[in-house]
This record gives sequence, structure tokens and C-alpha cells, in this order.
Amino acid sequence: MKLTKLVAGTAVAALMASSAMADDMTIVSWGGAYSKSQLKAYHEPYMANNAGVNIINDESSAEAVAKLRAMSEAGNITWDVVDVVAADAIRLCDEGLAMEIDPAKHLAKAPDGTSAADDFGDLIVSSCFIPQIVYSTTFGYRTDVAGWNGKEPADVCAVFDLENFPGKRSLEKRPINNMEWALLCDGVAKDKIYDVLSTDEGVDQALAKLDTIKDNVVWWSAGAETPQRLADGEVVIGSTYNGRLFALIEEQKQPIKMLWDAQVFDLDGWIIPAGLSEERKKRALDYIFFATDTQRLADQAKYISYGPARKSSAPLVGKHADLGIDMAPHMPTDPENAKNTFLYNYEWWADNRDDLDAKFQAWLSK
Amino acid sequence: MTDTATRDGPMLAADGTPLKISLARALRREKLRALMLIAPLLVFVAVTFIAPIGNMLVRSVDNSIVPETLPQTVIAIQQWDPQSGELPDEAVFAAMVADLKEAVKSKTHTRVGSRLNYEQPGISSLFRKSGRKVRKFEDGNAKDQLINADKKWSNIEVWQTIHKFSGQYTSGYFLTAADAETTPDGIQLIEEDDRIYLYIFGRTLFLSITITVTCLLLGYPIAWILANLPLRTSNLLMILVLLPFWTSLLVRTSAWIVLLQQQGVINDTLVWLGVLDDENRLQMMFNQTGTIIAMTHILLPFMILPLYSVMKSIPPHYVRAAKSLGATDWVAFWRVYFPQTVPGIGAGGILVFILAIGYYITPELVGGTSGIFISNRIAYHISSSLNWGLGAALGLILLVAVLILYAAYDKIVGIDNVKLG
Repeated sequence: MKLTKLVAGTAVAALMASSAMADDMTIVSWGGAYSKSQLKAYHEPYMANNAGVNIINDESSAEAVAKLRAMSEAGNITWDVVDVVAADAIRLCDEGLAMEIDPAKHLAKAPDGTSAADDFGDLIVSSCFIPQIVYSTTFGYRTDVAGWNGKEPADVCAVFDLENFPGKRSLEKRPINNMEWALLCDGVAKDKIYDVLSTDEGVDQALAKLDTIKDNVVWWSAGAETPQRLADGEVVIGSTYNGRLFALIEEQKQPIKMLWDAQVFDLDGWIIPAGLSEERKKRALDYIFFATDTQRLADQAKYISYGPARKSSAPLVGKHADLGIDMAPHMPTDPENAKNTFLYNYEWWADNRDDLDAKFQAWLSK
Repeated sequence: MTDTATRDGPMLAADGTPLKISLARALRREKLRALMLIAPLLVFVAVTFIAPIGNMLVRSVDNSIVPETLPQTVIAIQQWDPQSGELPDEAVFAAMVADLKEAVKSKTHTRVGSRLNYEQPGISSLFRKSGRKVRKFEDGNAKDQLINADKKWSNIEVWQTIHKFSGQYTSGYFLTAADAETTPDGIQLIEEDDRIYLYIFGRTLFLSITITVTCLLLGYPIAWILANLPLRTSNLLMILVLLPFWTSLLVRTSAWIVLLQQQGVINDTLVWLGVLDDENRLQMMFNQTGTIIAMTHILLPFMILPLYSVMKSIPPHYVRAAKSLGATDWVAFWRVYFPQTVPGIGAGGILVFILAIGYYITPELVGGTSGIFISNRIAYHISSSLNWGLGAALGLILLVAVLILYAAYDKIVGIDNVKLG
């Protein structure tokens, strides 16, 4: 008797769970402050408008490409919308793991009637990619380093200048960005960098420049590491994402400043996995249509200092929701910050990433 | 006559069947029952462990994506001599255009591009770009149209790569994993500056052995104390051994970062005591030292526990007898006590070594660049570069290396000599 009750109870619970699951939508993102900004700006208003839908946050974006490939091979895709950097979106599109998006059909127009394709402009770097934010990888430095004798770095080459700016540096454990900065500070003109880097001599030149500071570099692989090391005083200057530095400086009030010079712009946005059922695809597209309209993108900037990907969102960027400070001057795209910038070269890195990474890792382990 | 026949014939069981058959039947039933009992576990292991690992390992030689996506090209290109110094003829180009047109329809051209890009940088964008343009190609004159679409098609190396990787299977991943490549003169190691995997394999082995030895040196006295103290005290101390064992790995690793970093607790204390200058703080983290310290601490219980249980079972009067017969403390330990603990050392050593050689998260966090293991490279290829073939090849080499070491251990020490308790 007891057993039958138990079995019946479990069956009912399982049924309820599966019926609830029909309206669950799994959105994959990066976690931390970034996911929080999406929750406030996109998920909460979307769920308020669509009473039945329940958004589940998954923080797997760092391994999104590998996991999507594994899901696709297993024939069971459990994600509905995935937040990835543009380079990963290109790879997912290449592998046929992401659905192609038609901006005219799937994305909202700007309030003044400009088409989505024009509003996003060049930022649509892949036919599967819906841009969301512009972020940058840039340097932060401590303002209280005794050995600097009151000097402050003026440009990115301070990273390579051990004489005037001694101390440990924090750099990302990959060739991307580091090779460009090394060549730039070795006297290569900005528009020639990828030409030089395409040759073996150019790669050697960049590594030789990095060699000059190698003993003073602590390498990072997670975005949180540089802010932590800067706050601990473990490093005096380090590269990371601009939003992380904003939190360190404005929210935690650490004695740290931004070095915007030679910041590298990169994009982050949404993809929808290929192979979803019609019903899930429709819902995912509905969410994307809502979450990437002009107002929503501008809203996200209230919570985190990343620039909205739409041109029409820029004038709507207001004040930080908790701190009440103006967000516009903290955007990587602000004219004052964007005097000298790089745009991540997607095509070039898609071709050369594996090769250069092998060389870079061989150099690192020497 | 009949009598002798019965006597010489097979012995019969009570029911008249020959005893041999009856016995075999009973044994078979017994075996079947035993098999049925372990069947759930066997199926579980096969489905969740052996099959996925086997599937992953097959990828280390699988190259089917090239012949499947470019079926006509791989046949046509066999007629071409890659050493001729000339581009393939029109037929090969035409086959490539036909294959590309098909591949674009099923959107697989970019996949084969990513596959070949592992072998030669630039092929990824070549296939992506050409795929966009190939739809508008007219019939005939494939060579000019393709080279017009992207001049990389006139690069002979692209065709050499396609020729080299046109088979169903490839040794390419294994060669890369061994820092080698095929050249016209046969298989050769790549330039010394570019070698990476042999180096990391060597380091993984060296660090794992170092960690096993430090675990033994630290764990042996602790296990001895635990085994020889009164039960109440030893139980209390045992909790101190087990407590970190029950704590999350990440917490323990992060704790070591707090302790060991240059602005960390140990350096701060040394500077405060005046042992160190503020300028010359010790670098104990993000290098091999950090990996060895943190991993020794994490793996120590795996050494202490088998040692403890073996030592617990050694009767104390052996050592007493040795001493009463005139042995010094050292002789009594080395000739009488120590040999009896060898099975525990063997068990602890194997456990720690095999756990260490495949370790991932601790080296990743505290190892910097000089303290990382081969598993960090495998993880990179599985989750980041997506070169699963290379990741599988590296994994298979690691697996075979561990099995060889295990066999060597069995040969030298004997696996029967291992005792967990």
C-alpha cells in the first residue's frame, strides 16, 4: 500500500516536473556581474511580459563551443540561447552548430525605423551572431607603486618598460592581444601588425619582445584573476576586461586606474543553437527579438560598463543603477577612452589561432 | 563383460547423468548466477566508461570528415604527385568545385576547413570564403575560377595538405602529440623551439614522481605515529588527516594561493620577521614549487591511509624481538619493520602517482607556466581549441604510459604485494 502510494506520488511529481519543463528556457551566459546585468535588463522584464516562461541561467559560456558540439553529437540540445564572444560564434557557425539569423526578420528595428542590420552595422561579424555588447581588453594599474616614483603609465608600452615601471604584470595566457601589443611596442605600425604577424619572423619578433618581460609576468586564464591580483598588490599592472576593472575601481574603490590606450575591442552576443524543435526555436527567437532591442541594450549598461552594440542605444545610456554615476564616460566606446584602439581581427585569428597558440605555448613552457 | 563396462564407464550422479556433466552444469549455473549479480555493474561500466572512452580514443586517428566532405577530390588528387612542384590539373580543381558546391548545401565546408586548418593555418578562411563564392561559379574552367575566388588555391602547400590528409584515417594527431611531422625524408621531430608535448610529458612524469616521493617522506612518519599511539589519541589525529580530505579541492587550492603568493601569508610573515627583504619576496606560486606543495598536501591522505592500515596490522613484538636479539634501532627498523610496510608503500605510491599524473585543476590554478601537466593541454584541446583528435591522441599516450608504468611496477614489485588494508 505504502509502496503504491510512493510510486504514484513519484509519477505525479515527475509529470509535474516535465510539464513545468516545457516552459523552461535555458539561457547560457558567463555568470557573475555580467549574468546579473542580463537578469535585470533582459530576463526579469521578459518573464514579466511572458508569464509562462521560466528562464534558467547556466554559466557555461566559457566552454560553450565544446559543450554544444558534444550536445549536437549526442542529439540532445538542452540550451535555448547562448551568450558567446564573437570568435566563438564564428566557430559555432562554421561547425553548423548555430542557427543563421536574418536581421530583417528576427531582430527589432531601431525606434527611428532604421533597420536592425544598419543599426548593428559592422558588428554582425557572422550570420549566426546577434551582437549585444562591445567590451574591451585593457590594462589597469595600481596608483600607489613606490618603485614608480610618482610616474603613471601613459601608453600601453609601459607594460614593456621595466625600467620606469618595475613590478609584476598580469597577461592573458594566450597569444591573442599580447602579440599585437608586443609588436606595437616594438615599433611596428598599427596597420601593419597582422602582415608582420603572418610571417615566422614576425612571430619571433613578437615573442622576443615578450621575452623581455617574461620573468615578470604572471599569466591569467580567468577574467577574475587580474582584478584579484591587482587588489592584492600581487601585480602592479595587468590586462583584463574593462567591466571587471570598473567594478574594482568604482564599486570596490581600489587605488587602481584604467589605461585605455591600445584597448582591444571585442564583441559578445547571442547565438541560437542549431537543431532546436520548432517550438523552442520560436520562443528563443521571441526572446532574442525582445532582449536585443534598442531600449534593452541601453538598460544593460545601467548595471555593467559595457557598450551597447546598437548605435541607437548609445544616447539612451544613463546612470548606474546602484552607484548613480554617469555610465557613458566608463564605456570603452567613449571618445575620450577610444583614442587609440584595436578591433579584434576575427578572420585572421580564426586562421592562425591554433598555429600561433602552439608556438606561444612552446615559448611559455621554455 | 557388461559389468566391466559399467565399472570402466563414467561415474554417475544420483540421477543417472555422468558426474562430470552434472558437475559442469552446477558450476555453469553458479557462474551464470555470479555473472547475473555483477551484470548491472558491468553494463554500467561498459556504457558510461568504456564506450565513451573508446569513442573518444577513436577520434585520435579518425579523419573521415575529409573523404566524406570532399569525396571526388580525394580520389582525383591521388593522380597528382605532391612533390612535382606543380599545381594539380583541371580535373582535381573541377572535383573540388563539385565537392564544395555539395558541401555548401549541407554547410559542412567550414567544418572540413577547420579540420585542415589544424594542419595548415589559413585553410579555415579559404574554405569559408570559397564556400560563399562557389555558388555563383559557372561550369568549366574550375581552376581559374577557384584561384580567382581566393588566390590561396594557387598555393601548392594547400594541395599538399589535402593530399596528405585525404585518407579515412590519419597518424597526424599522434605525430603532433609526439612533436613530430612527416617530411619527404620520413618522420622527423619538429624544430626544437617549437617542441612542446614531449617536454610537458617529461615534466608531468617528473613532477608526479616528485610528488609521490614527497608524499611518502611526509606520510610515512605520520602513519607510523598514528599506528602506534593509543587509540583515543590516534583517532583524534586521524580526523586531522581526514578533515582536509573531506574539504573541497578548490577550497584547498585557493587556500594555498592565499598562503604562498608573493603578498601572501608566508611571505608577509617572513618579511615581518626580517628574514626577507620586502623587495625579495619568495616566488612560491605559479611555478613548479607551487604545484608540488599544493598537490603533495592534497594527495597526502592517499599515502597515509594505506600506510596506516598496513602498519596497524604489524605486530609490535617483531621489532621488540629484533632488539632483544641485539639489533640497533636502525637495523630493527630497516631489516624488520620497513620490509613489512612495503605493501603499504606500494599501494600508497601507486594511488598517489596515478592520481597525480592525471591531475588538472590544481596545476591549472597554481602551476603558472612551468608547473602545468599534460592534462592541462588535453583540457585545452577538448574545451578550447576543439582539436579533439589531438586531445584524444594525447590522452591515449598518457593512458598507455600509465599502463606501461603499472606493468613495470608489477614486474619489479609485484602487484600481489600491494595492500590497501
